[in-house]
Amino acid sequence: MTYPFHRTCKEVTALVVAREDRVLQLADRLALRLHMAICDACPRFERQMLTMRNGLRAWRNYSGPDDSAQP
Amino acid sequence: MNSFEDQIVGLRDYLLKFARLQLRNDAWAEDAVSDTVLAALAKPQSFGNRSQLKTWLVGILKHKVVDALRHHHREVSGLDNTDDDSSADPLEAMAFKADGHFTEQPADWGNPEQQASSQQFFAILEACASKLPAAQGRLFLMREWLELSSEEICKELQLTPTNLYVQLHRARLRLRECLELHWFNQASA
Repeated sequence: MTYPFHRTCKEVTALVVAREDRVLQLADRLALRLHMAICDACPRFERQMLTMRNGLRAWRNYSGPDDSAQP
Repeated sequence: MNSFEDQIVGLRDYLLKFARLQLRNDAWAEDAVSDTVLAALAKPQSFGNRSQLKTWLVGILKHKVVDALRHHHREVSGLDNTDDDSSADPLEAMAFKADGHFTEQPADWGNPEQQASSQQFFAILEACASKLPAAQGRLFLMREWLELSSEEICKELQLTPTNLYVQLHRARLRLRECLELHWFNQASA
């Protein structure tokens, strides 16, 4: 590709998913930031992934209703 | 006041839910839970409330589950080749134009903090995770429930990083799709 930091939405979507499990290469990290600054759709997808991340964290830390008040 | 033994045994089903979700094999799950109960009964202690007891038991269970995954690593890492659509990349089913741009904006999922902390959300999350193809589901929960790093998972299961990343990519996109369909759509409808 002629532009080293150009990524399509589809490529950015894959990177946003991959970021949950591995450290991205520097070029991909830069490309991601550049893309997010000029794209409307990808930041929405990124927010969905963040929501999933937060939801999963809440889920694994949840141990049921707090019934400490019960005898 | 229930005895320590009664409390532990009363939480068997609770533990079994997580063991099944992670191991995707009823026999392995039963064994892991039995081992957990035995280990817990061997070192009785008191807890201020049931939540603390649950957290302690789940901590033991996670170790037993990792042992099971390690022990069955050949079966666990045998990816679901027979599963027809597990070989498809969910990214291909998303709305992209030929030039790689979105044809429609991804949905706004609303206020994540409020929505993602209810018991109904957790139930749907678990249902969606259990619908993942077995190998994908195991790998995904090794990341998200056992909280193992990608490197640790590759080492335990003797998987290549490429293999792992492909499966996690698919699992995450499938989960996203399932949550959107069964939770976030409902919430905004």
